[in-house]
Amino acid sequence: MDVKDLNSPGYEIPPEMQGLVAITTLDKVYNWGRSASVWPLMFGLACCAIEMICAAASRYDTARFGMEIMRPSPRQSDLMIVSGTVTKKMIPIIVRLYNQMPEPKYVLAMGACASGGGPFKEGYNVVSGVDKFIPVDVYVPGCPPTPQALLNGLMKVQEKIKGEHWKNSRWYQKGPDTVEIPVPLLGPDLIDPRKIGLAQTGAKGQEA
Amino acid sequence: MATPAPVAALNLSARFPGSVTADARPGYSGWIVEKGKLLEVTQALRDEFGCDYLSSVTGVDYLPEGKMEVVYQVYKTTGGPGLLVKVQVPRADPVEVPSVVSIYPGAELQEREIWDLFGIQFSGHPDLRRILMWEGFAGHPMRKDWKEAYYEEDGKPFKTRWPEGKHALAESKNPFGDNISYPAGFDPEKWIPEDAEKALYGALARYEVRDEAGLGTDHVIVNMGPQHPSTHGVFRIAVMLDGETVVSLKPVMGYLHRNHEKIGERNTFLMNMPYTDRLDYLSSMSNNFGYALAVEKLMNVRPPERAEYLRVMMAEMTRISNHLMAIGALTNDLGAYFTPMLYALEERELILDIFEAVSGARMMCNYFRFGGVARDLPEGTLQKIKDLFFERLPRRIDEIDRFLTENEIIRARGIGQGVLTAEDAIKYSAAGPLLRASGIPYDVRRAEPYSIYDRFDFEVCVRQNGDIYDRLMIRFDEIRQSLRIIQQAVKQLPEGPVAAVKPAYQVRVPAGEAYGRVEGPKGELGFYVISNGKPSPWRYHVRAPSFINLTAFGPMCTGQKIADVVAVLGSIDIVLGEVDR
Ligand code: SF4
Repeated sequence: MDVKDLNSPGYEIPPEMQGLVAITTLDKVYNWGRSASVWPLMFGLACCAIEMICAAASRYDTARFGMEIMRPSPRQSDLMIVSGTVTKKMIPIIVRLYNQMPEPKYVLAMGACASGGGPFKEGYNVVSGVDKFIPVDVYVPGCPPTPQALLNGLMKVQEKIKGEHWKNSRWYQKGPDTVEIPVPLLGPDLIDPRKIGLAQTGAKGQEA
Repeated sequence: MATPAPVAALNLSARFPGSVTADARPGYSGWIVEKGKLLEVTQALRDEFGCDYLSSVTGVDYLPEGKMEVVYQVYKTTGGPGLLVKVQVPRADPVEVPSVVSIYPGAELQEREIWDLFGIQFSGHPDLRRILMWEGFAGHPMRKDWKEAYYEEDGKPFKTRWPEGKHALAESKNPFGDNISYPAGFDPEKWIPEDAEKALYGALARYEVRDEAGLGTDHVIVNMGPQHPSTHGVFRIAVMLDGETVVSLKPVMGYLHRNHEKIGERNTFLMNMPYTDRLDYLSSMSNNFGYALAVEKLMNVRPPERAEYLRVMMAEMTRISNHLMAIGALTNDLGAYFTPMLYALEERELILDIFEAVSGARMMCNYFRFGGVARDLPEGTLQKIKDLFFERLPRRIDEIDRFLTENEIIRARGIGQGVLTAEDAIKYSAAGPLLRASGIPYDVRRAEPYSIYDRFDFEVCVRQNGDIYDRLMIRFDEIRQSLRIIQQAVKQLPEGPVAAVKPAYQVRVPAGEAYGRVEGPKGELGFYVISNGKPSPWRYHVRAPSFINLTAFGPMCTGQKIADVVAVLGSIDIVLGEVDR
């Protein structure tokens, strides 16, 4: 948080007390803490993962944003960086990983492939973007995005976190903690359980 | 042992009159073998003619001729050009061809791939399952009459995109609004999922009992991956354990299968160049090199001198940056978490800077063109190259070497572990550092020199023990040799043009077949391209070293402790983009 924000939080502080007291909102402190310690899931899919590693390494260094602690377990992570081509064979696992992450959780789609299929979109084993299955918060364009672009995307995630209010966050409300996404099945082709009815009408359309 | 006759003079049809004929199609070479005689011929090739190394096996679907072909590429590990052996069978579903795994065990994964993608059944194969797609997937996608869900036309550029360019999202044309197509009459509601893993675990349970003495114990199955920090991507390993000891191990792949070859056969020749970058995404320049060589063979052009030198320089820089990454990742797997990797990545960044200056991109360089390279070195780059490769890197490599290789933990975990003997390395078609660390001095740059490698003074690195430690050390050795090559190339770099032909989006490629191979950082990288005179290749196959090197992975780990599996995998150095393509 900036010193400026501390000194002029929108409440009047008498001049003699400026710099001695800080008035702020719980949201700000809470979000500041959360946004400065985002733990990404250690999970690389394809070429983009290499640029993700470079971003975490010496030259670009995501540690400056409190993001260097990559967790190999989804249960300990806050952010899923989908770094690469999402294939039909892999999507059930990605959805399962997403379901296993505790709230609050964020998804960053890194690169053309994760955002919309990318150069391999026409392939028979490629999913046209990870947002067909899981909700994405930030998209980073590029093939691969440079580490700078990824850093920019990560800062966007931080911005998003900073704009949240703990009072009306979904994960503090009554009801189930997370929304489970049905895991796609591998049949003769990928089957999305949410669309089974749709598949039938589609199959009719195909026959016609 | 009598010295084997040079491969070119080999006359198979004289040895097998009637059942082997020379391939007489214009632009083709090699021998066509009768299906029934295949095992006999390959056995003779290995035992009588000394072609002990099966480099690649692939299928070709000749739809108009109603034929399917399996192409085998064999070499001598003593060097020299390769030999193509082909089997032709009438096109049906499924097609059957005898498996050569009993003679060349290196064919195991490749035959599984051909079964998966072409539906060619290999009788006698010990473990014929799908490999890249999942069990239960409808159809064999590389067959020419198999159409993907987003199918538009047989070849690019698609009429919707060019020249008018009124293109709509591919999803909008699909009845499901997605990249999905089901076989006719398929009803997802009535569909009962089968146990997709049954075949895998069944195969895992077929192992040889090595030790009959002692107590009988229950075995457990452990799965690592596809999301696991040390599988270097989306790779899965299924292991059967007796206590901590591995009794059998199966690699499971396909989680990054991006249909490189199918897309490659729709693309025009030049469009494939940027796709090759994404095969082994750590060494895009070498991938470019292999593909350019294959197509140049068909087109019969040679790049000008300056381009040749630039190509060699870039390919060797790629090797250094790849090996740096490999060293970092392997030490990661051995427990030196991320610190050596940071040292390695620091140097790699400097090489990437040069790539960015030269080609415009850090990783996906797309720098080679048929008959040259895309552009000349920008101003000042040569000086940067000199500073880096004459001054800084030799020093830094010695430093990393000094820090790591005398380390007690690395020695304890590396020496004598995960041994691959020389015979096994050849048997399982291992390539690159994996083969050379086992004592076979085979390097395509010397065995069949391409480009201008015959002009440089360098050694083929070789180590004798074939263990994890040697595979680490050989990467240091190779970096030093690459530095030597770059230094010579910089000194000899001539002036002149960098492209032999005018750049064009469409190139005319005469009909025929060509196999271009380079010594990539991970081993022999080959491109098998068949042209029928059309704008896109009829067949485009990649002989991927990472993929084929995994054939030896199971045997190398059997009898080891589970903790060493990760280290063995790290020492093979795979990249999933190339394993799964
Ligand atoms: S966007 Fe490009 S670099 Fe990233 S995974 Fe896809 S092909 Fe690779």
